[in-house]
Amino acid sequence: MTSRVEEPGSTFDESPGQRSPAKGVRRLDRVVIRFAGDSGDGMQLTGDRFTSETAGFGNDLSTLPNFPAEIRAPAGTLPGVSSFQLHFADHDILTPGDAPDVLVAMNPAALKANLADLPRGAEIIVNTDEFTKRALSKVGWQADPLDDGTLQEYRVHPVALTTLTVEALKETSLARKDAERAKNMFALGLLSWMYHRPTEGTETFLRSKFAKKPDIAEANVLAFRAGWNYGETTESFAVSYEVAPAAKAFTPGRYRNISGNLALAYGLIAASKQSGLSLFLGSYPITPASDILHELSKHKNFGVRTFQAEDEIAGIGAALGAAFGGALGVTTTSGPGIALKSETIGLAVSLELPLVVVDIQRGGPSTGLPTKTEQADLLQAMFGRNGEAPVPIVAPASPGECFTMALEAARIALTYRTPVFLLSDGYLANGSEPWRVPELSELPDLRVEFATEPNAPDGSGDFWPYLRDPETLARPWAVPGTPGLEHRVGGIEKQDGTGNISYDPANHDHMVRTRQAKIDGIAVPDLTVDDPSGDADLLVLGWGSTFGPIAAGVRRARAAGGKVAQAHLRHLNPFPANLGEVLGRYERVLVPEMNLGQLAMLLRARYLVDARSFTQVSGMPFKAAQLAAVISEALDD
Amino acid sequence: MTDLLKLTAKDFKSDQEVRWCPGCGDYAILAAVQGFLPELGIARENIVFVSGIGCSSRFPYYLNTYGMHSIHGRAPAIATGLASSRPDLSVWVITGDGDALSIGGNHLIHALRRNVNLKILLFNNRIYGLTKGQYSPTSEPGKITKSTPMGSLDEPFRPLSLALGAEAGFVARTIDSDRKHLTSVLRAAAEHQGTALVEIYQNCNIFNDGAFEVLKDPETRDSALLRLEHGQPYTVNGEEHVHDVTDPDPTRAFALSRLSEPTPIGVLRAVERPSYDRQLNAQLEQAVTERGEGDLGALLSGSDTWMVR
Ligand code: SF4
Repeated sequence: MTSRVEEPGSTFDESPGQRSPAKGVRRLDRVVIRFAGDSGDGMQLTGDRFTSETAGFGNDLSTLPNFPAEIRAPAGTLPGVSSFQLHFADHDILTPGDAPDVLVAMNPAALKANLADLPRGAEIIVNTDEFTKRALSKVGWQADPLDDGTLQEYRVHPVALTTLTVEALKETSLARKDAERAKNMFALGLLSWMYHRPTEGTETFLRSKFAKKPDIAEANVLAFRAGWNYGETTESFAVSYEVAPAAKAFTPGRYRNISGNLALAYGLIAASKQSGLSLFLGSYPITPASDILHELSKHKNFGVRTFQAEDEIAGIGAALGAAFGGALGVTTTSGPGIALKSETIGLAVSLELPLVVVDIQRGGPSTGLPTKTEQADLLQAMFGRNGEAPVPIVAPASPGECFTMALEAARIALTYRTPVFLLSDGYLANGSEPWRVPELSELPDLRVEFATEPNAPDGSGDFWPYLRDPETLARPWAVPGTPGLEHRVGGIEKQDGTGNISYDPANHDHMVRTRQAKIDGIAVPDLTVDDPSGDADLLVLGWGSTFGPIAAGVRRARAAGGKVAQAHLRHLNPFPANLGEVLGRYERVLVPEMNLGQLAMLLRARYLVDARSFTQVSGMPFKAAQLAAVISEALDD
Repeated sequence: MTDLLKLTAKDFKSDQEVRWCPGCGDYAILAAVQGFLPELGIARENIVFVSGIGCSSRFPYYLNTYGMHSIHGRAPAIATGLASSRPDLSVWVITGDGDALSIGGNHLIHALRRNVNLKILLFNNRIYGLTKGQYSPTSEPGKITKSTPMGSLDEPFRPLSLALGAEAGFVARTIDSDRKHLTSVLRAAAEHQGTALVEIYQNCNIFNDGAFEVLKDPETRDSALLRLEHGQPYTVNGEEHVHDVTDPDPTRAFALSRLSEPTPIGVLRAVERPSYDRQLNAQLEQAVTERGEGDLGALLSGSDTWMVR
C-alpha cells in the first residue's frame, strides 16, 4: 500500500471542487496518454506534472518525451510538434506503451503527426480553437478533420481549450496572449479530473515555479482548476477513470520519480561521497547530455566542480587533469563528443588514470538525430581509438539504473585506474520511472588509497608509477602534493614498473597485453537469466535501454505459451564471465538492438554463436508488440 | 618534508637522459628553469609541469617534479582541470609554437581569457622540429620548408598579440640564450596570480638555425632589441613612453606586441584580475556557507517522495 494514497476524491475537498456522484467512474488497469502540441505549448512541462502526480499516487509508470531538435520550429508545423507519452498502471509495467489510449492534441499539426499511432477507439481531446483554415492548410489539410469523417474511428472530445482558458482568466489582469499560454494547464486540469490525479502537488509546483511572478502563478492555477471543473461539469465527459496504485509492483521503501539523466547525476555525486574524492566534471553542452552538466552545477555544496569547457576535447582534458590531481574526473557527452574525445581517452588508457566517460547516445552518424534515441555507439566505445586501447563499458537498463551504473562505472575506474564508458541514451536520459531511493548504507564503498610511500622493489627509495597490484594489475595513484613520489607520466610507451619512456619491442608487446589483461580481468557480476519454464530454447539477449520493451515482449510471448529466456547485459566490456556458458545453453539467441547489430557482432566474434539480430534505427524505442511478434516468429522457426 | 631553503638546481633534475639535439636551445631553457625553481620556495611535490607534444614537450621528463607529457595541443586544457581542482599546486604548461598556436590554439586562448592560475611557457622556434621541419604558425611568410618547397603562404601569428586579444593578463617575451633575462621573466610570471604567457624565442639548430641570431649576436642585438622595464622610458618611432605593465588599457602592450624592429623583450603586461580557480573554489565555499555541506540522503529523496510498505 502506498501511504500517500487516500480515497480518490478526498484530495479534491478544497479545490478545484467536489467530484459529482452523478458521473460514472470506470476502473482501468492501465492507460497510455500522449500530450502533443507545438514546441512552444509546454507539452513537456504538462507531461512532467501529470507524471509527478501519477508517481505520487502510486501507479507504476514509464514516460517517453519526444521533441524536435529545434528549440522553436515554426509554429503549427509538423516538424514543430513536441509530445510526451506516459504509461501508468495498477501493476508493474516496462515501457511507455506502444500506442496511446488518449491523445491530447493542441493543434492540427499535433493531431496529424500522431494520428497514425492511435489504435481504433482511442480518445482524442482536441483544442478546436486552433483548427482554423490557416492552421489546417499549414499541415496540408484541405478539409477540417474534425467534421469530414477522418476521425470517425475515434472518440473525439472537441474542447475550445484556448477560449475556455481565456474566459477563466478574464478576471485577472493578464493580457490575452499571456492568458492563452495557460491553456496547457487547462488541459492538465481536465486530464487530472479524467484520471483522478491528485492536484495539490501541481498547484504547489506552479506557485513555486512562478514565485517571482505571482500573477502568472495564479493564472496557471486558475486555468488548471478551470480545466478540472470543466471535466466535472461538461456533458462531453461523462465518465472518469480510476487506475489503482500498483501496490504489488514495488518492493517496500521510499520512492520518487526520476529521469535517467537526473539519476546519473545523483549517481556521480554518490560516487564522489562514497569514494571520498571530489567530483570534477569537464563538459561541453550537447543534447541529450547537457542536463547532467546543469544538474551537477547546482550541487557545489557537495564539493562538485563543474567546468564548461571550450570544446569536447577540453572537457575531457580538464577531467583527466583533475584525475591526475586526485579527483573523480568525469566527462559527459553524446556520440559526436565521443568522436572528439577519443584521443584523450587513449591518453587515459596509457596514463592508467581513473576517468568516467558518459555517452548519452543519440541518432547518428554525424549530427544525426540529436533529440532521438539510438544505441549505435557501442562499437565506437569498444574500439574507437588508435592502437590497442581497451576501455570497460557499462550500460544501465532503465532510467533509475543510471544511478547504480554511475556508481559501478566509478568503482571500475577507481579500482582499475582506467577510463570507463557509461553508455546511456536519449530514451533513458529523458524517460522517467518510479525509483526506490536507496538507503545510504546500501551504497558501495568506493574508498581508494593513494600511494604515499616509495615502492621500488630494488630498495632504492624511488617511486615506480607503473608497479602494478598483482591482483587487479592497477598501478599506484600518487597525486601531486605527495612528497617523495614525484613522477612523470605520458602517452609515450613506458617501461612497465618504472614508467620510464621505453621503445623496447618486447616491453611494448608486454604493455599492450598487460593493459588488455587488466581490462579483461575486471570483476563483473555474472549474467542472470530469467527462464521461468526452465526449458526454453530461445534466449533473448539485449543491453541498455531496450530492457523494458524486450521484457514486455517476452512477457507477451510467454502469455501466449512461448518458452523464452531473457537476459540483459549491463557490462559490455568485459562481458560477464558466464556469458559464453549462458549462450551455449540455448539453441537460438535473438539480439534486439537499436543499431545494425553491434552487440550481435561482438557475440558472434567472441563466442562463435549464431546470434540473430533484430534491429531498428528509427530514433524511437522498440514497441512491446513488435518484439513479441519477432519473438514468436523466432519460436516458430 | 624537503627543506625548501636547501633546494638547488640539482634537486630539480630527474634521472632521465636528456634527448634533445646537441646545441638545441631547449637545453638552456631547461637549465634556467632548474636554476630558477629553487627560488620559488615551493616543495617539489607541489609543482606540476604539463606539456603537449613536440620537442619542447619532453621538458617535464627532465624535471624532478610531478609531470605529465600529454597529447598534442591539449596541455592547457588538462592543466586547467588540475589547477582548478588543486589550487594548492603550482602548475606550469610547456608548449611550442605548433602545439600552442596550431593544434592547441583553441585551448590556449580560452585558458588565457579564463585566467586559470597557469604559467605557460611557449617555446617559439618558428618551425616544427619533432616532425622534421615543416613550417609552423609563427614561420615567416614565404618560408621554404619540407612542406612548402615554393614558400609558405600563411600569415604568421604574433603570439603575444594573440594572447592580448584573448584577454591575457600577463604576457612576456624572452630569449633562450639570455639566462639572466629568462630567469627574471620566469620570476615575474610566477609572481602573477592568474594565467601568465611567456614566449621564449628558442633556437632549433637543426631545422631553423639562427632564426633569432640578430637578437643574440653581440654586434646587432643592442639595436635589434627593445628591453622593457616597468617604470623605465623607451622610445619607439621617435616617441618616448614610460613602460607601465599595470596599465589596464592593453593598447600600448598590443602595439609593443606587434613591433619587430626593434623586438621588445621583457614583461609587456601584468594586470591582475581574479583567477578562475580561486573564483571556482570560492563558489564552492559560498555554496556550503549558504546551504550547508551537501546531504546525500536529502538530495536523493528530493521533495516529492512516497512510501510503499
Ligand atoms: S629538432 Fe630542433 S627543437 Fe627539436 S630538439 Fe632538435 S634542435 Fe631542438
